[in-house]
Amino acid sequence: MKNVSIQWLLGDENVSVCPMMPYSQLVIDFLDQLSTVLRKSVNPGEYPDIISIAFWCRKGNILKLKEQAQDIESSLGKGLVFHITPSNVPVNFAFSFFFGLLSGNSNIVRVPSKDYPQTDIICSAIKQVLCDKKYDSIKRGNAFVKYGHEEEITDEFSSMADARIIWGGDESIKSIRKSPLKPKATEIVFADRYSFGVISLAAVKNASDSELKALAHSFYNDTYLMDQNACSTPHLIVWKKDVMGEDELMIKKTFWDAVAKEAKNYDLEPIKAIDKYTNLCAVGMEGELEVTTVNRWENLLYVVNLNKLPQDICTLRGRFGMFFDVTIDDVNALAPYIDEKVQSLLYYGIDRDELKRFVISNGLLGVDRIVPFGKALDIGVFWDGYDIIGQLSRRISF
Amino acid sequence: MERREELFGHKAFDLDKKEKREYYGDILQQLCVRHYEGCAEYKNLMDFMSFDISKKHEIEDYPFIPVRMFKEMELCSVPRNQVVKTMTSSGTTGQQVSKIFLDKTTSVNQSKVLMKITTDMLGGQRFPMLVIDSKNVIKDRKMFSARGAGILGFSMLGRDTTYALDENMRLDVEGVKAFLQRHKDETILLFGFTFIIWEHFYKVLKASEEKLDMSNGILLHGGGFKKLIEEAVDNDTYKERLNQVCGINRVCNYYGMVEQTGSIYMECECGRLHTSNYSDIIIRDPKDFSVCPIGRQGLIQLISVLPDSYPGYSILSEDIGELIGEDDCPCGRYGKTFKIIGRIKKAEVRGCSDTYEKR
Repeated sequence: MKNVSIQWLLGDENVSVCPMMPYSQLVIDFLDQLSTVLRKSVNPGEYPDIISIAFWCRKGNILKLKEQAQDIESSLGKGLVFHITPSNVPVNFAFSFFFGLLSGNSNIVRVPSKDYPQTDIICSAIKQVLCDKKYDSIKRGNAFVKYGHEEEITDEFSSMADARIIWGGDESIKSIRKSPLKPKATEIVFADRYSFGVISLAAVKNASDSELKALAHSFYNDTYLMDQNACSTPHLIVWKKDVMGEDELMIKKTFWDAVAKEAKNYDLEPIKAIDKYTNLCAVGMEGELEVTTVNRWENLLYVVNLNKLPQDICTLRGRFGMFFDVTIDDVNALAPYIDEKVQSLLYYGIDRDELKRFVISNGLLGVDRIVPFGKALDIGVFWDGYDIIGQLSRRISF
Repeated sequence: MERREELFGHKAFDLDKKEKREYYGDILQQLCVRHYEGCAEYKNLMDFMSFDISKKHEIEDYPFIPVRMFKEMELCSVPRNQVVKTMTSSGTTGQQVSKIFLDKTTSVNQSKVLMKITTDMLGGQRFPMLVIDSKNVIKDRKMFSARGAGILGFSMLGRDTTYALDENMRLDVEGVKAFLQRHKDETILLFGFTFIIWEHFYKVLKASEEKLDMSNGILLHGGGFKKLIEEAVDNDTYKERLNQVCGINRVCNYYGMVEQTGSIYMECECGRLHTSNYSDIIIRDPKDFSVCPIGRQGLIQLISVLPDSYPGYSILSEDIGELIGEDDCPCGRYGKTFKIIGRIKKAEVRGCSDTYEKR
C-alpha cells in the first residue's frame, strides 16, 4: 500500500501470511530471546512496564500457558491478524502482538500514535532478535505500523485481515467497525468495562500488620499505577459483613489508612488533584447517591461511603485514587447490579469458589475474571471472557 | 447583605487584614446560606461535605468549587426569570465553556466594584479609551463571551471609546492616529487582552515604520500570558517591548476570570497584583489543599463577595500563584499581593480504552 502517512516501524507492506500451530517452538524461542534482550535494554526502575512484558514472554511463563491450551496439535493460526492497540498504555501493543504470534498468526499491529520511548525500545529489541536467520519467517510475517486517523488505512488493513483485535473503548470500536472485514474474519473487541472488589471485613480484622500492608500494596498497584483508569481497575469496594458488633468502621479505616500510606508513592500532579476534586464535587452536586460519609486522606485518597448501591454501579467511577464503598451481608445480594459491563471482580478474604458459584448460579451477564487484589492489571490469554488464542486460531476436526 | 453594602461604602483598598476578616466572617456566611437555599447542587455539595452552614467559619474554611464545575453543570442560585445576563468563558473551539448566570444585583455590583478598583489603581476615571480589539466581539449581546463582557465592562471606565482593530483584526492606524490627535494632551486608557494586544498591536507596530506616541497612556490588559510563554514573554518583557513600540509608560496587568467578574486583581505601580476589599486570594498546596504561606507556590483559590446569583463566591482555579505579602505593599494599598506563575500542566493519563485518540 502506497500511503505516505503510514510509518512502518517493523516490516513493510509485503506481510507474508503463513499460519503456524499455536505455541510453536519457533515462537517460544523467539519470545524467550526477546525477553532476555528486553531485560538487558532497560533499567528496571525506569520502565517497570517493559520489565513486566519481558517477564511475561519468557519461556517458563509461555510453557505454562501452553500446558493449559487444548488440542494445539490440530490447530492453526487463522492467518493475518490486524491489531488496533490503545494509545494511552505504552506497552499494550506488545501483548497484543504476543497473542497474535502465540496463536500462530501473521500480524499487522497498529502501535500508539503518541510517541512513547517504550515503543522504540520494544521495536528495536524485536529487530535485534529478528536478525537471527532462524526467525526469518517471523520477520516476513509481521509488521508494526503507526498512523493517525486515516480511515482508508484502517479500511485497507481490515480488508486483508482474517481477524481483528480492537482494544476499546466503545467509541473507538464504533468508529473502527465502519471498516468492513472479510466475510469469514472474526473480531475481538475490548469494550469499556467496569471492575470492582469484594473484601471480607473479618479477613481485614484478622490480618497481621504485614498482611495488611501487602494487601494495601496490591491494591495500590491495581489502581494508582494506571491512574485508576484501566478497565480492570476497581472503583467500588464492597465489604462483606462477616463480623459481629460495631467495629465495621474501624476495620474499614484500618484498610483505607493502609492504602493512603501506600498512596504516598503516587505522583499526584496538581492537575490530577484538581480533576479528582472536581469529580468528587460533581458526585456531591448531583446528589443522586445515598452517601453516609466522605473521607479524605489529603488529596491522595478519597472514599465515598454509600448506604446502598445505585442501580447502575458502573456510574461509580473515580480516577487518581477515588473510591466508593458499601457494606453487604451476602455476596449474592450483588447479583441484580451486575450487567455485561462488569469485567473483573477482585477479592480478599473470600473463597474464590464462592465467587465463581455466585457468577454461575446467578446466571450473570458480567464478571469475566475473578482474581485476588494485586492481579487486576495482569493481562493474560483469557481476557474479557475471550479465549484469545482459541479465537485467533482454527481447529481442524477429524 | 448589609455588611456587604457597608463594604461598598469603603474605598477599594483600605481594610487591613483584621478588619477584612471581620467583614468576611459575616458576608461569607450569608453568601453560603444564600447559595445553599437557592442552588440545589450547592446544597447537595455542602451536605455531601458535611459542611455546617449554620455556623460562622474562617475564610479559609469555606469550601471552594473547582472552576471546571461551571463548565460541567449549570449552576444558578436564583429563579431563571431573574437572570439578566449569561456570561460564557472564552474556551477554544470544541471545549466546553463556563456558563455564569447574573441577576440584576450581581451585575450592578460587578460594575460598581470594577469601577472602584480601577479608579483607585489608575488614579481617575472616564479617560478617553482605546480598545485594542475589534468591535465585532461585542456584537452579540445575548450571549456574552468573556472577551466581549470584559470590553463592555471596562468600556464604562472610559469615554470616546474607540476600537483599534477592524473587523478582520487588522490595526486601523489612521483611526488610532485620529484618536491620539483628539486627546493629545490628556491621559488616555488603552484596554485589551494580553495576547491580542501582543499579536495584533505590538507585532504590527514593530514590523511597521509607524511611530505612535502613547507616552500619556495607561495600558490595562488581562487574560493571561499562557500563549506568550512559548515566545518567552513575561510581564516585564511585555512592558518593555510595548514601551519600545509606542512609548507607553504605565502597563497594568489584571487577573480575573469570568466566574468572578468585577472583583478583579489589578497590578499596582509596584508591579504586584492586589486583592481588594471585595476579594481575597488563598494559595493552596495541591497535595492536600492546605494553605500555603507567603512565598510558597500553589493553586489559587479566589474569593469574591459579589456572586449572588450563582454559587461562585469561592472557587479553585487551575492557576499556580504565590503570595508576596499582606498589607505591606510599598504602594500603600492594603490587601494581599501576589503573582501568577502560570497554568497547571495538562495530564498524561494512563489507562486503556482509548485506541482512537481524539483529534
